[in-house]
Amino acid sequence: MPDIAILLPSVLNGITTGALYALVALGLTLIYGVLHIINFAHGSLLMLALYGVYFLAVGLGVGPYQALVLMPIAMFAVGYLLQRFVIGKASHARDENILLVTLGLSIVIENLAVYFFRSDTRIVDTPWSFEVVEFLGAFLPLPKVIAFFGALATAAALWVLMTRTELGRAIRAVAKERKGARLVGIDVEHVYAMSFGIGIGCLGIAACLLMPSYYVTPQVGHGFVLIAFTIVVLGGMGSFVGALIGGLIIGVVESLGGLFLGESLGQIGIFAIFILILLFRPTGLLGHKV
Amino acid sequence: MADNRKTDGLTKRTFLTAAGATALGAATGVTGFPSVLRAQEKTVKIGLIHPVTGFIAFSGTQCREGGLMAIEDINKAGGIKSLGGAKLEAVLADSQGKPDIGAAEVAKMVEGGIDGIVAGYSSAISLATSQEAAKSNTPHVVDVGVSDQIVQRGLKNTFRFGPGYGVIAKFAVDNLDKINKAAGSPAKTAMIIHEESLFGTGTAGLLQKELPNIGIEVVDVIKHANPTRDFTNIALQIKSKNPDLIIPAQYFNEYVLLARTLRQQKVQPKGIYSVLGGAASNYKFVKEFPDAAEYIMDCNHWFNPKSDIALQRKKEAEAKGLFYTYEVFLTYNAVAYLADAIERAGSTDKDAVIAALADSTWDKHGMPYGPTKIVDGQNTGAQPVDTQVLKGDIEVIFPEEFASASPVFPMPS
Repeated sequence: MPDIAILLPSVLNGITTGALYALVALGLTLIYGVLHIINFAHGSLLMLALYGVYFLAVGLGVGPYQALVLMPIAMFAVGYLLQRFVIGKASHARDENILLVTLGLSIVIENLAVYFFRSDTRIVDTPWSFEVVEFLGAFLPLPKVIAFFGALATAAALWVLMTRTELGRAIRAVAKERKGARLVGIDVEHVYAMSFGIGIGCLGIAACLLMPSYYVTPQVGHGFVLIAFTIVVLGGMGSFVGALIGGLIIGVVESLGGLFLGESLGQIGIFAIFILILLFRPTGLLGHKV
Repeated sequence: MADNRKTDGLTKRTFLTAAGATALGAATGVTGFPSVLRAQEKTVKIGLIHPVTGFIAFSGTQCREGGLMAIEDINKAGGIKSLGGAKLEAVLADSQGKPDIGAAEVAKMVEGGIDGIVAGYSSAISLATSQEAAKSNTPHVVDVGVSDQIVQRGLKNTFRFGPGYGVIAKFAVDNLDKINKAAGSPAKTAMIIHEESLFGTGTAGLLQKELPNIGIEVVDVIKHANPTRDFTNIALQIKSKNPDLIIPAQYFNEYVLLARTLRQQKVQPKGIYSVLGGAASNYKFVKEFPDAAEYIMDCNHWFNPKSDIALQRKKEAEAKGLFYTYEVFLTYNAVAYLADAIERAGSTDKDAVIAALADSTWDKHGMPYGPTKIVDGQNTGAQPVDTQVLKGDIEVIFPEEFASASPVFPMPS
């Protein structure tokens, strides 16, 4: 039985870790939740973004937070081009093809990373990497606190984009009725590519906020992608607020699971939630029935 | 997927030169076919199976680099002389960190006519690869895998040049006792943090049994998965139990995260004494986190810092841009030990090579071991050393005859 005094710090840690998960899941909820593209390359693209942040820091002296200006745009471009010229073309609008194409992409990206970057663990050491914020007796690492607020801001921005802009309306229209959207003059391929690009652009933000407290290797995405899918299902497909809340819940469950069941078994809670949600509330916490 | 890499084979250019020279010789009737005969030279195929992708890819890649360095050096020095200068040919494979894939790669290599195998970094993979190699009686040298089961199954083809975790745990506990007593026995409690595979679990089990014998109570043992994304919970638990010593037994990535988190959570034990810690005897870790690494002690595989052979190899590895970690020099030595056996056997006959591996007295390894002495596949002279990070460098602190510095314990706050 763990010491009761560490319960609150553990919950707070779970919330900040969950915010990092939510950041990765926000892009996925747009791609998977709204457009129903099962993007198996999400983890590999996160890895690519993390390498981008690493090389900007080491090669050009651009800090991870300064890279926030550049990385989301660069990753948006990667996502847009991938959807427009690779995934869209190769999948012929069939869901099962999309699944295979993104799986293939993830293998190609990962192996290229092994070839070019080797399997070294790379870390960006910043002056604030070891800084902590003392809150209710807990020491919260500063990079995680910043990531928490970054996740809130990103979720809010995506919500505004989807509900208050022309593009958001077009994305929702395409998601609901692809043929109908095409009939009313929406460039469906462009909207798909924009959505995919925005989703991958979110990974650019996630990478900038994750790198000061984590590392990058060619395999780093594996640890996040399954959790991200779980969060999307938990929060409700396509719900950004749901993804945020889902991320925080998963973070806390993982943290408390580790505390009470042991660190090795702690992750059982995450996947137990996944199964329970599918069984009893398949629309997720904030999802809507289709 | 296995791929063949000839380290000293025939290039297109040398082939064309040879063909040209032969044509000229045939036209003039002056020369025979010496250059073309190079293409028919016998090569000795050495399989290198390592997890170069997957969760332990950093270590696997380091192993591969060490093995390739050994092959390059042996070929430069004239190859296997008893086989007419036959060159070693590396056959590379990736186990992806999975024992079943490692075993499948062995089967493929055996079908391709492999002469000997060096594998597989982790204990679990080494168990699988050596067992598969045993089916065809293929000589198999384990480079790193520390589980004692590897050499306790009666497999005649399986040899290990480095020490197993039984020897390592005993060495670690004995020297910890010396360090602690020399400081007036400030350490009375310890917490063990270990990864969940065979290596971490086995090492932790041995330590848990041995530490009470030297008056150190194990207040908790925490097992974690690979990968673990966040160590805050573990750091909080350590903080609440406040042990005098923290003893990690982990792979590199998790060790780095743990060390960072301990600092963030302001955990200040009297000492961090890793046993086969993934990073405490790692120049990369020391370079990237000099502050977090300072004063950490580690009982791990290490070269003899007073050996010219070892220092020369370290220099060569660093010139290639490699961090000279234990994976590099252990795999280098595993390949060189196998090559020495083939040299003495004067053949690639599997029984002859296995017999030569078994009665090896090889001593060109630069390790703190003495000449090789094999009993039931295990090099009985193999031992770890204790290292400590001091002033940003890794120093050997035990055994005394190899020590380059004295231990600093307890850690200054």
